[in-house]
Amino acid sequence: MTSPATSAMPAGPARTSYWQHLRHVASENPVTGLAFALFALFIGMALFGPYLVPFDPLATDVGPALQAPGAAHWFGTDQLGRDVFSRVVVATRLDLLISVSAVAISFVLGSVMGCFAGYFGGWTDRITGRVVDTIMAFPLFVLAMGIVAAAGNTVENIVYATAIINLPFYARMARAEVSIRRNAGFVQAARLSGNSELRVLFGHIFPNTLPPMMVQISLNMGWAILNAAGLSFIGLGVQPPAPEWGIMVAEGANFIISGEWWLVIFPGMALMLAVFTFNLIGDGLRDLVDPQRRT
Amino acid sequence: MPPILDRLRKVALRLLQAVPTVFGILVVCFLLTRALPGDPAAYFAGDMADAESIEQLRQEMGLDQPLPVQFLSYLKDLAQGDLGMAVSTGQPVMSELANRLPASLELTLGALLLSFLIAVPLGVLAATRPNTWVDHLCRFLVTAGVSLPTFFTGLALMYVFYYLLSWAPAPMGRLDFMYLPPDPVTGFLTIDAIIAGDWEVLGAALAQLALPLITLALFTLAPIARMTRAAMLQTLSSDFVRTARAAGLSNRRVLITYAFRNALLPVVTTLGMVFSFVLGANVLVEKVFAWPGIGSFAVEALVVSDYAAVQGFVLSMALLFVALNLLIDVIYTLIDPRVGEEA
Repeated sequence: MTSPATSAMPAGPARTSYWQHLRHVASENPVTGLAFALFALFIGMALFGPYLVPFDPLATDVGPALQAPGAAHWFGTDQLGRDVFSRVVVATRLDLLISVSAVAISFVLGSVMGCFAGYFGGWTDRITGRVVDTIMAFPLFVLAMGIVAAAGNTVENIVYATAIINLPFYARMARAEVSIRRNAGFVQAARLSGNSELRVLFGHIFPNTLPPMMVQISLNMGWAILNAAGLSFIGLGVQPPAPEWGIMVAEGANFIISGEWWLVIFPGMALMLAVFTFNLIGDGLRDLVDPQRRT
Repeated sequence: MPPILDRLRKVALRLLQAVPTVFGILVVCFLLTRALPGDPAAYFAGDMADAESIEQLRQEMGLDQPLPVQFLSYLKDLAQGDLGMAVSTGQPVMSELANRLPASLELTLGALLLSFLIAVPLGVLAATRPNTWVDHLCRFLVTAGVSLPTFFTGLALMYVFYYLLSWAPAPMGRLDFMYLPPDPVTGFLTIDAIIAGDWEVLGAALAQLALPLITLALFTLAPIARMTRAAMLQTLSSDFVRTARAAGLSNRRVLITYAFRNALLPVVTTLGMVFSFVLGANVLVEKVFAWPGIGSFAVEALVVSDYAAVQGFVLSMALLFVALNLLIDVIYTLIDPRVGEEA
């Protein structure tokens, strides 16, 4: 995989070869560039969407009901005469908010659990392993349904349920990454110079696990969005009339057999594109971080 | 030890390993039943109940007992097949689930089979021709496949094949009401129709099954193709394949006998994740196509806050998942060529 340019200047600073590596990976897989552009678009929609859309996403009768896409309403109107384009754009914020918070919670909790399990081993490892195995013993989407049903049908509980079902991935990865570095040279050096165990763990080992964890986060984001949208599709969490992609698809589902396709297709495409973006970024990051694991 | 005994011992060990898993599932399901929002006794007593009748109900339900005692009585009820009553239908949850399980199984297993038949050849092709259009196509399909929300794919397929082309029948359950279902033997309409020799009903059942099956298969195709490709790439770069090529074996023989059979093992072990996906996605597909399985039963129960039904559903899905994983592991132990050789 070494390009001629890199081998021509082996003594060059690490950063240069890193950028060359980046360029090399990007040229092998031009789709990653596209993914980052889409990512910027979604972030833009989440931040500024509500100020840019032509219509109020909650206002009914801004146009005739169930009108096909046209010049006035780019994505058509729904059964209450709401503008589908405005609703799809505004929904970005809620969808991303749910999945980002869920992934953030499971990243923090999962890494802490996995770090302790991988570093201290013994009972900590056994208990963490048991908890993780028990979560993984359920089909994850079904477990999320059960949690939301038991804890109450609110958006916060969607976030917690999504966080719980994603926890095992972070815990397992952190554990594996920490335990291979537990007795590495730099760790022993840090320990000998008098750092406390926790400081060694979180100051020296944990930062080294971050590159693979970032890949995991990116791949996981897409999955978290899918799960959250799936939960709201079956009527959990987000309640109408709030604009959210999953619930918009669910509301539009009744009209698909009579041919009003735009109610389902546009929010569905937005959802798909968002998940696609995060998966592509994850794949691109993985090629960068760990070329061996390219699949 | 003779190889067959060694294999049997490994199978028994694997079965034993499932015991703590099942115990964990039971504990979680029990905790979910006790984590109802607010007070379960007040919930079941209804809005009109006064403090005294709530207290009485609490004692009847055993909610005044310590949690371990409650857990034991929960286990006792389960052992008798008692999952409570479904408020929405007035039937015991257990019989509702048992009636609807074949519909879900037919869909899930059919989709797994279909995606296996497509994904494995695709992954092998992509691995044998890296960086060609087949490889890029495989990569694209794999990334697109996991990005597609199943409920969206289902609705899109429904629009194209039912509304636009009228190829598919109305998405209303397992069999058009014009046909009489065959005598239930396995509960799988397609197999029952074959047993009864009723080809017209078989055709009708397959027509109803086609779209949900394709929807679900598209979703599970991606991880299987991805794993097959990765495993094939790894075995193809291994020493024994190089040796086989150097010995002048035909390309076909190297690919199938040497590489493919060894690549299949890691694919089989990672099937657990695929089962998890497919059982979850199954719920969404059942809702989209009004498929009368346990998933749509749970969704209906969720809407009316029928907790006993939802919890029965979560428990049975988890047990089904464990059973599927066990089955795969047992098969894996039985076919793994390495077992017993090093002994």
